[in-house]
Amino acid sequence: MTSRDEILAAVKQNQPELIDLPALDLFFETENPSDIASFSKVLEAIGGKAYEVNDYSEIIAQIKYDFLLEGKRVVSDLPEFSAIAKPYTGTDNHELADVELMILPAHFAVAENGACWISSELFADPIMPFIPQHLILIVKKENVVATMNQAYALIATKDYAYAAFIAGPSKTADIEQSLVLGAHGPKSMKVFFV
Amino acid sequence: MKVADHAERSRIFNKDVDRVDWHDETLWFVRGKRDKTIHQIPEWEELRNTASQIKAHTLSNLHYYLQEFEKNATANGVTVHWAKDGAAHNQIVLEILKKNKINQMVKSKSMLTEECHLNHFLEENEVEVIDSDLGERILQLAKDTPSHIVLPCIHMKKEEIGELFHEHLGTPAGNADPQFLTAAARESLRNTFLNFKAALTGVNFAIAETGEIVVATNEGNADMGVHLADVHIASMGIEKLIPQRKHLGVFLRILTRSATGQPITTYSSHFKKPGAGKEMHIILVDNGRTRQLGRADFRNSLKCIRCGACMNTCPVYRRSGGHSYHNVIAGPIGSILAPNLDMKEHADLPFASTLCGSCSNVCPVKIDIHDQLYKWRQVIVKEGYVDPAKKVAMEVMAKALASPTLYRLAGKAARTTLKYAPFVVNNKFNAWYLHREMPEVPKSSFGEWYQKNRKNND
Repeated sequence: MTSRDEILAAVKQNQPELIDLPALDLFFETENPSDIASFSKVLEAIGGKAYEVNDYSEIIAQIKYDFLLEGKRVVSDLPEFSAIAKPYTGTDNHELADVELMILPAHFAVAENGACWISSELFADPIMPFIPQHLILIVKKENVVATMNQAYALIATKDYAYAAFIAGPSKTADIEQSLVLGAHGPKSMKVFFV
Repeated sequence: MKVADHAERSRIFNKDVDRVDWHDETLWFVRGKRDKTIHQIPEWEELRNTASQIKAHTLSNLHYYLQEFEKNATANGVTVHWAKDGAAHNQIVLEILKKNKINQMVKSKSMLTEECHLNHFLEENEVEVIDSDLGERILQLAKDTPSHIVLPCIHMKKEEIGELFHEHLGTPAGNADPQFLTAAARESLRNTFLNFKAALTGVNFAIAETGEIVVATNEGNADMGVHLADVHIASMGIEKLIPQRKHLGVFLRILTRSATGQPITTYSSHFKKPGAGKEMHIILVDNGRTRQLGRADFRNSLKCIRCGACMNTCPVYRRSGGHSYHNVIAGPIGSILAPNLDMKEHADLPFASTLCGSCSNVCPVKIDIHDQLYKWRQVIVKEGYVDPAKKVAMEVMAKALASPTLYRLAGKAARTTLKYAPFVVNNKFNAWYLHREMPEVPKSSFGEWYQKNRKNND
């Protein structure tokens, strides 16, 4: 008998009689806010920042105001940022180690927790949201949902190799519960709604 | 060799009064943050109920879900392994590394690998392991173990960490600034991420329907490790399964709110398929879980999603520290999981509780933790694993409580003894007294007082 068969046999013998799986309908009955202002408030509380803008030129102006990019590497596959960023075309993702600012698209934002949903088909390599010193995500204004239940209703059957919710900058409080932004990933995270 | 029990270890922890106070207040503050955040969710109790029911359902159909998960993960290009115990798990990890000619591995947080003592095993087999979660890295440098499942080095002071970093990472002596020390660790670990070819992660949730796993971190260390490595190994207990992806909508709403009061962790990463030219392995580990599944009274402990809320709220945990529990998982949940692994060695843990029930009240998957602590006590006494001195005292008390005459007599004797000869009770031979302060002695029992006063009021 293999380990697999032994474990499965023990599970079968010891699991109780079938208990029903509950429905999730009631989480779609509660009214929760799904506006950009609610999202922004939560994101700010967890160390990020959100902006609502009219067009990409406003985003570029804000980036130039927030970051000193002289001599720094900025990467984005989005053609709208070609004036300040270069697309990633390499084959070894370790080459991205020196990126100062990464600008990536995200599918949608979640108002209740400040998270944005990204998945592998949006960009060339899954390390891209994690390796830069600073991260900017671009979300369409209409793509905000209220809760995680609504979020998963949108992505329940989507296929991807890798996907993630990202809510704010990388952080830790492992030393005496003192919050520090920039543990291993981005030290800052901003979301632009356009 | 007898392992020092919870009470003995607590006494050592309690010698440093300032540290105990800090520990107590800090964890209570985290509990407070949890309360604040959950009060913003009107459907919070429905979320807890639903999460608990989803887990109950999954455990009742685990035989099916494990096979469905295996089938779907395999179809995604993942290699699925099965391990009966910790030793089998460790051997599988070593073989994967050997096959790929890799002798360095970066590891993100995984309580399961602590349970299996993986680091020690790999080091003996000449594999270098670096823990990448900041708290776990600190503990690794200190040759220490986690005292809390979410806040692993909550028992350490920043000055001790500063000293440690000075010795190992070359930071200036005397610098204990958390911001500065975190930056030093970031730089050192970035180098590890960029050079190591294998990454091991834990698993928060595994989805049977899609064969994917979900890992939650605040630091981004799981992702930095995995995406920069050629081989990803994910280790999980078989109880981590949930049926469908949409059920994450429930669990990701309660996990971090319960753990730290954050609305969600910074990263909730869904690993489904290996990257081009890379390998992904998932190891399904039993290590006593099927046995616990068969114990009707304790089965619900397998619902645990490892948020740590029961520890933060527990008056005993907060004042005795995680290491007093001499188990990988400390606190109330650790005390109901540990006797399943080794009842004799962990016989003291279900007694390390006041049974106040606060743990059950905060548990996001509604595990009846304090009921299970109470039930374990009975199992442990029946199996004969309780301290013999305590057992004799319990038997005498049971007799006294069963007989009204004996009870009245015993009460009178106790009041007289405590008043005139307290040393008879208050001495080191009385196992029960050792853990308690005796109250001031009343002049009479309630029975006597009632007899007297009722007549006066008639």
